[in-house]
Amino acid sequence: MRKFRTYHEVDHSTESELLEQVLEQRRRLASRLSGVKEIVAVASGKGGVGKSAVTANLAALLASRGRRVGAVDADLNGPSLGRMLGVLRHSLEDRGDGVAPATGGPGVAVISMELLQAGDDTPLRWRGPGGDTFIWQSTMESMALREFLGDVAWGELDYLFIDVPPGTDKITRLLELLPAPPTALVVTTPSEASRSVVARSIRLLREAGVERMGLVANMSGYLCPGCEELHPLFHGDGARELARATGVPIWAEIPFDPSLAAETDGGRPRVLGDPHGLVGRAFAGLADEVAGGAPGEEEVP
Amino acid sequence: MKFLCIDCDEVMVFAERRIPGDGTMAAVFACGACGREMAMLTNPMETQLVSSLGVKVGGREVPAQPMEGVRTSLKEGREDAFREEGEDTKEAKRSPPPAPPVVGGKPTGDPAARRPEPSSPPRPAFPKEDAPPRTPAPKGTPPPPKSGPVPHPGPVEWSPEAVERLHRVPGFVRGMVKRIYIDYARERGIRTITPQVMDTARRELGLEGM
Repeated sequence: MRKFRTYHEVDHSTESELLEQVLEQRRRLASRLSGVKEIVAVASGKGGVGKSAVTANLAALLASRGRRVGAVDADLNGPSLGRMLGVLRHSLEDRGDGVAPATGGPGVAVISMELLQAGDDTPLRWRGPGGDTFIWQSTMESMALREFLGDVAWGELDYLFIDVPPGTDKITRLLELLPAPPTALVVTTPSEASRSVVARSIRLLREAGVERMGLVANMSGYLCPGCEELHPLFHGDGARELARATGVPIWAEIPFDPSLAAETDGGRPRVLGDPHGLVGRAFAGLADEVAGGAPGEEEVP
Repeated sequence: MKFLCIDCDEVMVFAERRIPGDGTMAAVFACGACGREMAMLTNPMETQLVSSLGVKVGGREVPAQPMEGVRTSLKEGREDAFREEGEDTKEAKRSPPPAPPVVGGKPTGDPAARRPEPSSPPRPAFPKEDAPPRTPAPKGTPPPPKSGPVPHPGPVEWSPEAVERLHRVPGFVRGMVKRIYIDYARERGIRTITPQVMDTARRELGLEGM
């Protein structure tokens, strides 16, 4: 058999500049995010648990408290943050140093695929050769997410929320892009199905080095509009069991409220319209938890 | 990925990239010791995979533009998703994008010069179409001295024909394309962008399809 050096035995570059370009992309992203005090990934692994509604309401609430807040809709195939923060059909300022985000709600900077696509019913599709698109499509989506994080002129922010789509692979994709492990808000519901999926996500986040993590138990009971009492919406108490099993604290229990979805979907985050209601108070507590550990956090009057 | 000239035990270095426009790519690598060349040929799927990484084999001719990957690769992008710096948000929603300054010929606001051609076919993605061949200098060779026009930082004007052509570029990528032409003109001391300048830039920068 002929002998020749293998890849790691050859230290000379081919001068194709591929590695240099990838490193430059990473430098650019890290530089862009250097003005962000805290990145908060809102994740679950499970779909339909209300990650986007939690992101929109929490971001709006913190912005209304005077914090500088940004929000990235990492759900490229099912975006909704643009709608929830009331920036649909806003144009993005195209600057040489980056794309200026849209501003919605009480001053939340937003980027979402919703702002870029031609219509409400436009599916996410990329130019490229037909057939076998699965081979390059996830790479393309990683590129899009990298550009959302690194090419948007975020400036100085107290919080940058990232609404992570369902699927534990999407959490991995995000963590690989970020220069450092973020804070994670893990959204779940009391259902057993949600508990087991979310447990996988928590393990994945831990193994990736995420240390600051809190559970959001969404749809924790149904608020009866007649008697104004909370009734269980699911059998069991999967969220608290999850907290006990994983050691991740529950930062908020948010009751199911039809008006939360209706108003948030209409671009008016519920917490702003009813800050003293049950839902508003739950989000206020969540905001306090999130703010509690921010480096250099100061009270804003 | 590395290529090794087995006979010489030397890494072959990048020499030239060709993109024929059929979705494939050819990258030539050469052995610095014996001069032997080889071409790496990629099929459309492999070419797309490299493109999806946001990198170019052999390096970039122009710096990466903000959200370049999304803007050049997304199908059915919203025409008014982006507005030029300083342009009013509401104006951007209901008016055609403002034309760059123009010299001679038609006035700046001439709608005929600004209207996109309705029959224009969708533009292929930019700037992945082509790249000029280049031969790397041997290692240690200093860069050639620059000669010719001196760069200027001032405003660059556009001829009416150049304005018309620019406005046939889809709005989704127009601002990015415009910035590349302006940077190209400034770096070469060109004060007025004409279709000829655009052709030259396209060829030199490897931006076929603009």
